[in-house]
Amino acid sequence: MIDFDVVNLSRFQFAATALYHFLFVPLTLGLSFLLAIMESVYVMTGRAIWKRMTMFWGSLFGINFALGVATGIVMEFQFGMNWSYYSHYVGDIFGAPLAIEGLMAFFLEATFVGLFFFGWDRLSKLGHLVVTWLVALGTNLSALWILIANGWMQNPVGAVFNPDTMRMEMTDFAAVLFNPVAQAKFVHTVSAGYTAGAMFVMAISAWYLLRKRHIDLAKRSMVVAASFGLAASLSVVVLGDESGYLTTEHQKMKIAAMESMWQTEPPPASFNLIAIPNQAERKNDFALEIPYVMGIIGTRSLTTPLLGINELVARAETRVRNGIVAYETLRHIRAHPDDQAARKRFEEIWPDLGYGLLLKRYTQDLSKATDDQIRQAAFDTVPNVAPLFWTFRIMVTVGFYLILFFATAFLLASRGRLDVSPRMLKIALWSLPLPWVAIECGWLVAEYGRQPWVIEGVLPTYYAASGLTLTDLAISLAVFLVLYTALLVIGVKVMLRAIRKGPGDASDPLDPAAPGVPGRIPLQA
Amino acid sequence: METLIPLDYGTLRVIWWALLGALLIGFAIMDGFDLGVAALLPLVAHTDAERRVALNLVGPVWEGNQVWLIAAGGAIFAAWPLLYAASFSGFYLAMMLALLALILRPVGFKYRSKLENPRWRGSWDAALCFSGTIAALVFGVAMGNVILGVPSGFDPDTMRPVYSGHFFQLFTPFALLAGVLSVTLVAMHGAALLAWRTEDRVAARARRWGARAALLSLALFLIGGFWVAYGIQGHAITSLVDPGAPSNPLTKSVALQTGGWLRNFTIWPAMWLAPAAGACGALLTAILLSIGRAGLLSFLASSASFAGVILTAGFALFPFILPSSSQPAAGLTVWDASSSHLTLWIMLLATLILLPIVTAYTAWVYRVMRGKVTAESIDTAPHAY
Repeated sequence: MIDFDVVNLSRFQFAATALYHFLFVPLTLGLSFLLAIMESVYVMTGRAIWKRMTMFWGSLFGINFALGVATGIVMEFQFGMNWSYYSHYVGDIFGAPLAIEGLMAFFLEATFVGLFFFGWDRLSKLGHLVVTWLVALGTNLSALWILIANGWMQNPVGAVFNPDTMRMEMTDFAAVLFNPVAQAKFVHTVSAGYTAGAMFVMAISAWYLLRKRHIDLAKRSMVVAASFGLAASLSVVVLGDESGYLTTEHQKMKIAAMESMWQTEPPPASFNLIAIPNQAERKNDFALEIPYVMGIIGTRSLTTPLLGINELVARAETRVRNGIVAYETLRHIRAHPDDQAARKRFEEIWPDLGYGLLLKRYTQDLSKATDDQIRQAAFDTVPNVAPLFWTFRIMVTVGFYLILFFATAFLLASRGRLDVSPRMLKIALWSLPLPWVAIECGWLVAEYGRQPWVIEGVLPTYYAASGLTLTDLAISLAVFLVLYTALLVIGVKVMLRAIRKGPGDASDPLDPAAPGVPGRIPLQA
Repeated sequence: METLIPLDYGTLRVIWWALLGALLIGFAIMDGFDLGVAALLPLVAHTDAERRVALNLVGPVWEGNQVWLIAAGGAIFAAWPLLYAASFSGFYLAMMLALLALILRPVGFKYRSKLENPRWRGSWDAALCFSGTIAALVFGVAMGNVILGVPSGFDPDTMRPVYSGHFFQLFTPFALLAGVLSVTLVAMHGAALLAWRTEDRVAARARRWGARAALLSLALFLIGGFWVAYGIQGHAITSLVDPGAPSNPLTKSVALQTGGWLRNFTIWPAMWLAPAAGACGALLTAILLSIGRAGLLSFLASSASFAGVILTAGFALFPFILPSSSQPAAGLTVWDASSSHLTLWIMLLATLILLPIVTAYTAWVYRVMRGKVTAESIDTAPHAY
């Protein structure tokens, strides 16, 4: 009944389009804020260089923004297109933050972004500054609402299952809004975006300084980016979304998988610096442990135990068994809608319904599920440990590296020595991709680590896909792969041209390398 | 919490039906001219300077305009999750085609004039023309299929959406007529804006093409009307309707009757104002553009026409929002496809607060950007497209 090839291709398509969209969003988040800061300095000091900086970084912001908008439309429509059962099952809750995002945030951002570019001569200095801040505000509000929606997928609060409509329905909007997982994710994600924006400005400015071009603009940009980047990179790590990881059962599973922690250890648990996880035998073939560290990071205490994967699987098994009862009760209610006693019973056991649905891939008739099938379904709650373990470590390593990098840059900048160290400038240039590496890893940890659930504990991913055909998926995937690759090539090309051309001021010495670039064509302002 | 909601479920459903219409009309009027300008690009603007005039007319505002589509999509998800689930997955490949068009658009606007290479610019102009035409065509074809009924239903045990049609079945003669009507409407609308706010040759060509598109829209709309009256089966609920019942589209019975989509107009004759606006607006646009009186009035006439056409379809279908051809009783209606009472209420509050704010600042942005767009005005703008 469910075609697993279609499910897997749908998952691949969603991941690919989301990861791709997520290349542009962080830069929009970071640059919009940096633009607002630079323009504020311009308005306060009246010095023209700050206006040129705002306009130059603004033009790069625009090149990136276009791709963010283009790939964002896909995200909103894909839920209905590829995940129609998901859309029916949780649209009552999940749709609301998405719709409010459009009304409150994306309208603000998109309406004023046009004025940011076209309003320089039509608005007062202060008027334009307000517009720039509104773009930054819109961008950040947009992230907030999207992460409220995403937070609910990780920790579905404020909703119950309604047997009459066969879907989850909202009971408490405030709980959805103030979901602790969503709050933690918001701070963590926008800080990561700020870090990416700061790194972008640092790297390009460093390139100018290494080539002795646009020195005034590059130096000032670096100072702003170094301070902003330090604050942002610290906030990514300190306010990381680990704080939300202990709120629910699967978040516990996710953290156990990230740590490849199979057994519950006496608190405080040790941290696996390096491990070779063996999913089939449920153990690590090798592990290099640092005592106590994990327990302290994970629980912020010395006495709270962190549960291992095996213990969490055992608990999941109980919930699968309860899930069978919930499922059978639901079927009974559907057949006898007036049985109030059954409805009463269901109100107590519905939270395990999702665990029952995990069994549907092994048997259509849950009442006949064997012990083996139940054990298998319970073990399905373990995400794929090795990729999580490693992506998490890459993300954290990069995070700490970026703190070190921005702290050094900030110290050098505060002594006015940032531009005299070619080594530091080269490091800045070559560190450019790192925030994106960490960000994409972060997405994988959060969303791949959520598997097998699309809505944690409520709806398994495989159960949520649309009943499409393989041909449908083959065509859409081919379109996305071709189009997105072409757009990436074009976007990078346009971006590199704009960077090579620079802020375009007559007072800057001409780039000696520029005329030699093959196929170079003068650019339109 | 349920008891604290001052509006009953049925009323909220009707309000959300109206709000969905308002957002779709907002999208048509606001982003319709962006699509139209893009679609008309090769016809109204021949030289590069002329094309830049056309593109920079919509350049400062199209991004905000497109959010009407995003907001409408979000509102369908939040207020009509069954409609969102069934239609977006059912129209999968058509949606992909629309997405392809909509993905090319932002990049086309932004990147086209970044390089002077004529081939580069020519390719993006072609992409923009494709994007405006195809997006409008797909939305129109989808609307035509909704009027015809779509082969979609639900699995009674799980309420999983089931769709039994495929891509090429969407392009029936009536659906194609609706698709072409959608294209001529955006062309009329884009031309009305170009004729009003550009000068010289671009404006002159826009008047000519705008008048043609308006007359074509009028003709297609009238043919479509007769087709619906004499050749297409309308759906009607024959079981008792409880406007406050939980959203379950499988509990009703539905009868089909040729011309049935005109029933509402007999019950509420005031509804005839919608097709009247659709037809008269197009006619007035054609007249004003032909006699060289392009301005705010012709743009408003074109907007009224666009709104009238969409309202006509909405009124005809009511209370249906996605009639089913394969399982008529499983068609989605206002009474059985909405989200919960609480969600509709919260979303109404959010919309009542936010939409006026959006409208206010959008109006302000248009005021700042008012005036004609000319080749000279582009040369002085630092970030012009």
